[in-house]
Amino acid sequence: MARDISFVFNGNNMTARVEDHWTLLYFIREELGYTGTKEGCGSGECGACTVIVDGAAVNSCIYLAAELDGRSLLTIEGLAAADGSLHPLQKAFVERGGIQCGFCSPGMILSAKALLDENPAASEEDIRAAIAGNLCRCTGYIQIIDSIKSVCGDAPEGPRVVAWRDEES
Amino acid sequence: MHDFSTVGKRVPKLDAADKATGRSRYIQDLKLPGMLYGKILYSKYAHARIVNIDVSQARALPGVRAVLTAEDIPDIKMGVYKDNRPLKKGKVRSYRDEVAAVAAVDPETARKALRLIDVVYDPLPAVFDPETAMREGAPLVHEAHKTNVLRMPWKLHYGDVEAARREAAFVVSERFTTTWVTHCCMGTSGAIAEFDPGNNLTIHSNTQIPSLAQKDFLEALAAMGLANRRVRVIKPCIGGGFGSKLDTYAYEYIAILLAYHTRRPVKIEFDRTEEFIATSTRQPTLTTISQGCDQDGKLLFRDVKMILDNGAYTSWGATTPSVMMMPITTLYRVPNVRYEASCVYTNNTYSQAMRGYGNPQATFAIESTIDMLAEAAGIEPLEFRRINANQPGDVSTQGLRITTCGLSECMDAVKAKLGWDQPRSSGEGVGVASLIHVGGGARVYKSDGCGAILKMDDFGKVDIFTGATDMGQGSDTVIAQIVAEELGLNIEDIHVIHSDTDICPWDVGAHASRTTFVAGNAALGAARKIKSRILEMAAKELYAPLEKLVLGNRHIQHAEEPDRKVEIGKLLRKAHFSHGGQMLMAESFYDPANENMGKDFRGNMSMTYTFGAHGVRVKVDEETGKVKVLNYVAVHDVGRAINPMLLEGQVYGGVMMGLGYALSEQVILERGETMNPNFRDYKILTAKDVVPIEAPVLETPDKDGPYGAKGIGEPGCVPTAPAVANAIYNAVGVRIRELPITPERVLAALRAKKGLDLCGIQKGAESAAACVIEE
Repeated sequence: MARDISFVFNGNNMTARVEDHWTLLYFIREELGYTGTKEGCGSGECGACTVIVDGAAVNSCIYLAAELDGRSLLTIEGLAAADGSLHPLQKAFVERGGIQCGFCSPGMILSAKALLDENPAASEEDIRAAIAGNLCRCTGYIQIIDSIKSVCGDAPEGPRVVAWRDEES
Repeated sequence: MHDFSTVGKRVPKLDAADKATGRSRYIQDLKLPGMLYGKILYSKYAHARIVNIDVSQARALPGVRAVLTAEDIPDIKMGVYKDNRPLKKGKVRSYRDEVAAVAAVDPETARKALRLIDVVYDPLPAVFDPETAMREGAPLVHEAHKTNVLRMPWKLHYGDVEAARREAAFVVSERFTTTWVTHCCMGTSGAIAEFDPGNNLTIHSNTQIPSLAQKDFLEALAAMGLANRRVRVIKPCIGGGFGSKLDTYAYEYIAILLAYHTRRPVKIEFDRTEEFIATSTRQPTLTTISQGCDQDGKLLFRDVKMILDNGAYTSWGATTPSVMMMPITTLYRVPNVRYEASCVYTNNTYSQAMRGYGNPQATFAIESTIDMLAEAAGIEPLEFRRINANQPGDVSTQGLRITTCGLSECMDAVKAKLGWDQPRSSGEGVGVASLIHVGGGARVYKSDGCGAILKMDDFGKVDIFTGATDMGQGSDTVIAQIVAEELGLNIEDIHVIHSDTDICPWDVGAHASRTTFVAGNAALGAARKIKSRILEMAAKELYAPLEKLVLGNRHIQHAEEPDRKVEIGKLLRKAHFSHGGQMLMAESFYDPANENMGKDFRGNMSMTYTFGAHGVRVKVDEETGKVKVLNYVAVHDVGRAINPMLLEGQVYGGVMMGLGYALSEQVILERGETMNPNFRDYKILTAKDVVPIEAPVLETPDKDGPYGAKGIGEPGCVPTAPAVANAIYNAVGVRIRELPITPERVLAALRAKKGLDLCGIQKGAESAAACVIEE
């Protein structure tokens, strides 16, 4: 069965006809045609498909599209400013090595955004809890956590690398 | 120290903004007009005869465009041993065996069609344990091969191990096992194949080996009767590699065959379950090892025998013993070495390359026994390692030539930063393990080369076409930094193109931590050619001698008279728009002067070697067996850190992957069937499991590396498991010889040490028989 829903998509009002069995992930990728939201597992285990619905980070692969009716959806494509300038979290991930292969990045960044919107002074423990459902195989999470910390004013000082011998000097 | 403008700086990855905004396109995001969706039917048995396959119902389903079985396709042989086929004929040898494939107008129809295929099997006796498989009379996985032991004689003996054993004051002999772990790339596997009317193939595929994949697909086309056609491999953005994309796979050939039969583009995209079941693993190993030293702790010999579970087919992974030889012969100075490895067919999933390429398994056995030998000799473990540490200028028994080597300094740094000598609370312990890895390419193929083509436009901007593959590790950025540095340009002036075999030169592949070294040198070679031409042009323009000119900030200037300068873009425009105009282009192919192994496996595999030492502090809960990692120090001799931020990312990611290998990860196979094909039951570490990691680097600029750099992609995960095992021993006095080191195993060892059984009951007590806990 299909039904009509109204919702806000990345700041714009929209209506759409959705099938009852469509997941939000399917709706975003296949119907709306926005591919920044990734499918990593399809069963709510990896967080790659994380989007923000009414301020909360949700796994769009286990969220029905029909549930979107009357709500507001933010995907990664709606995070940067209208002029293309990056959101502070995006900028931090770029500048602090929070991104390697990038497949987890949209979901990771949106989980972090939902956290910081709720708690702008999140602690490292809060950050780890907020992204515990977003798996990353490349970074070991360290530079991701640093990236998020830098946005809530709790960044580590200076670079971590210290070279103490240089045979050419 | 040089004052570099771009090299050595924490330059953000060139593609990071695209990835942060969701613009990057992975295979999952690609659709071509008229594209069909392919799905694969896998075996229902670990080992069985295929009696009959009925595809008539599937073919009749509306929306289905092709159904293929082995009957419908030519004989295409896959893999390094050519023992695999895209679709299996006659029998299946593992649960992941591809039996049939479908192309349909949408994924749902393709899935429905799979359910309509009726396969009749006749189950055969199967073998799942490599030691059993080696026995006379064991079921044969490949009858024509006559034995389950692969005919790859990994066998070396340098010096005289038996004589050294007799001389040794202390000897330790042990047995270690490791199990299946898998890459868990966040982006699953996938490919889209299409043919043009002339039967030339274009394939979009997740691959780490575009040039070798192109060669494999050309062979497949020849088998299909399409010799002398063209194959173009296009890489989309890759969602992680870690060795998983170092072979070509059945699904890629199946996409090609379906595309050929339907004359339409066909996409195959794995879901997560399929990714766990139908992609490969690291080799499980059974290792018996003995090492001996003299009274003063000097190593006298190392003797290693290893059995690897190859699984049902043979990938490049079967050559991991060639890389295991490196730590076995050359981690520390060892005068007498013997090594023998057998890769054995079983009806398990077939194993393959994974970050470290055999080195993690070998180093687990070596570094665990080094600690035991140090204890036997009564020498402190770090001191024992220092006594035996490799030094610059060494040539090992295998003929590996050590150029730069900061192993001792790395160990000093671990000692200082981990607080090695600090007092420890009960249940707390520290452990260390070292590593050697190829850092200057690795000649495992006929060529270890990579090409680069560089062109400049009228405005001083560069396009560099490289053979290298960036799958997230950041090689594009490192290549851009090298070119920018050499040409006095800014990083944003450099555009790296790496994605297409039609326009990029050859490369052997993203493996062996070789890309910075080899692709970096190729890029540097091309940049140097351009640089000398720009300098000649500037010398004329500025009426200055060549040797007085310097490049920087997009300009060339006189070193002593900074006002005498010209913008590079202006120089280029002048050259282009004059009579007999010229534009600057250059190419370079860099093939390192490393050596293929000879008959006795001697040969300097790499131009230089990366060394490192890892130290870890753990706390063991003696009630539960749970191991908590308190902090971790990973120090590497990297030559030069061209991009410290990306380098740290490689080390952090490697260490966390290594900690998963040590403590939590295992693909559980029950008689060949994967029991945990999901992230609930296959435990990669999460953000909550992050431990404090310090990753300082030691710079020993290597004369052959680009700006002195050595490779660092894999080392982070190499010595992690033995460092943890050694720390556990230091903490609670139990030696774990099996990976992963689960709480159950630690608890069992703690109880065994106290003379108790698994249930905590005194052995021999009347109630002991009731203890039936199984791991």
